Amino acid sequence: MAAPALTRLTIAEALDGLATGAFSAVELAEAHLAALAAARPLNAMITETADTARAMAAASDARRAAGDARRLDGIPIAIKDLFCTEGVRTTAGSQILADYVPPYQSTVTAKLFDAGAVMLGKANLDEFAMGSSNETSFTGPVVNPWSPGPFGAWTRRLVPGGSSGGSAAVVAARAAMGATGTDTGGSIRQPAGLCGIVGLKPTYGRCSRWGIVAFASSLDQAGPMARTVRDTALMLEAMAGFDPKDSTSVDRPVPEYAAGLTGDVRGLRVGIPKEYRVDGMPAEIEAVWARGVAWLRDQGAEPLEVSLPHTRYALPAYYIVAPAEASSNLARYDGVRFGLRVADDGLQALYEATRGAGFGAEVRRRIMIGTYVLSAGYYDAYYLQAQKVRKRIAWDFEAAFERCDVLLAPTAPSTAFAIGDKSDDPIAMYLNDVFTVPASLAGLPGISVPAALAEDGLPLGLQLIGRPFDEPTVLNAGAALETAAEFSWAPPALAVS
Amino acid sequence: MGTAVAGDALAMSLDTTTVARIARLARIKVPDSEHEALAAELSNILTFVEQLNEVDTADVPPMTSTVAMTLRRRADEVTDGGDPEAILGNAPDRVDDYFGVPKVVE
Repeated sequence: MAAPALTRLTIAEALDGLATGAFSAVELAEAHLAALAAARPLNAMITETADTARAMAAASDARRAAGDARRLDGIPIAIKDLFCTEGVRTTAGSQILADYVPPYQSTVTAKLFDAGAVMLGKANLDEFAMGSSNETSFTGPVVNPWSPGPFGAWTRRLVPGGSSGGSAAVVAARAAMGATGTDTGGSIRQPAGLCGIVGLKPTYGRCSRWGIVAFASSLDQAGPMARTVRDTALMLEAMAGFDPKDSTSVDRPVPEYAAGLTGDVRGLRVGIPKEYRVDGMPAEIEAVWARGVAWLRDQGAEPLEVSLPHTRYALPAYYIVAPAEASSNLARYDGVRFGLRVADDGLQALYEATRGAGFGAEVRRRIMIGTYVLSAGYYDAYYLQAQKVRKRIAWDFEAAFERCDVLLAPTAPSTAFAIGDKSDDPIAMYLNDVFTVPASLAGLPGISVPAALAEDGLPLGLQLIGRPFDEPTVLNAGAALETAAEFSWAPPALAVS
Repeated sequence: MGTAVAGDALAMSLDTTTVARIARLARIKVPDSEHEALAAELSNILTFVEQLNEVDTADVPPMTSTVAMTLRRRADEVTDGGDPEAILGNAPDRVDDYFGVPKVVE
């Protein structure tokens, strides 16, 4: 099979091809390494690990020859550079970790590699996963492969979304079959939506957080990004599961997500949250949302309007809770045990100089907001109030799920915007996550499925949100949307190659 | 502090003195020349989050657990360790099997 064709396969198709011997894991890895090299103008990878990929692929072929093929054996994937990878530099997109080489493997990457997945490299991201556009990485912004114009000489450079922007970009560019992401307020779903791929944020506690560089620990959750719903299900099976090293990891069996995927939504009650119809929502986003409702209804689902009254307070609550937790988590970067050190006169000055030089503007802003809202005299007014509002938001979802089985909403309020368009206005940037943050605050599973191309030729995603640990329903409804949407577009620059 | 006092405090925007104090608490060196711009940015964010005061939370407990679960316990015993090379491998300054820091006691 010719190399370009191998990069067009889904994970499910590639597993079949590997099983029948149509191609080897080494051939599959080489095709993707070549695609990854060709995709370098996207700046989607912080570290490419070609030698590791070749060695892992050869080991995969050997396992398969010995009759010991695993779940994802030979599938080349990118790892968001927030997951610690043993012996492979892990930067979190930050100057402060620019040279950090973890002596251990995160649980999620260990599980993926045990399942036979092949690591192509470490994907770019917003610094410490703080951002919605992948513009805050210390290695510079990632370009969305859907940007108009010739590849590498784009007429407008668009953002891929964030924070898992590098992951989304390489999967959309057919340079990786899948990627890991993490989602704190939308960081898997929003870039998946903006890049025309599928991204799943599992229920909080479903995937272990151990070995993932922490941002906001009560919200952070790892999840898969791939080009089909089935592929994300296949990846999630390998990523999920109990881990005693994460105190909030939940001890319950991992379903066979892919095997359970029927796409049958007959009788499924689909809630349409009326508060998500926000002021100034572009007509075409409202239109694709309505089309999504019709698609599910046509397949036998029963749409109904539901209310999530505190939706508008989700973003402000998030922008207290997440920075508060970040200010605490990022206290560990002190220039003493690992990471950057900037020497100064005495230990206090060393801390301040190191952190002043090591953190970028958005991370600094969030640490300072978090420090302020947790400081003496303000804790009750800001942090405690935000955690109470968060409870109300969680209750809203509980009430809605008494009437419906899954919720359908847009993923993001716009298509991809240009690099630089919103980087001077933090609040405008935060509004990108208006539809994804509420489910994050409540810890619920959510998926973004590519639904259509907008008038500007860019992808639009639809989001499904489910009950805790009801990933099977979320995936199933996602598969129904995917079937109806028939979304088969690739970024224009790739379509001609 | 009571909510009435808190409400008053929330209405304030940050001045450069407060920004300097927060930077100090956060142990981040921020050049004086950036204090004014940061004060404006942080004030904007605080204004944005102030709308949370509209929500009646009188009888609402703060969320303390993202999914309903009881934290597990385990036996208080050593399960890992004894590998100074791994621990110190990324140390910016190492003295024998210790992290090196500037002198803190005169």
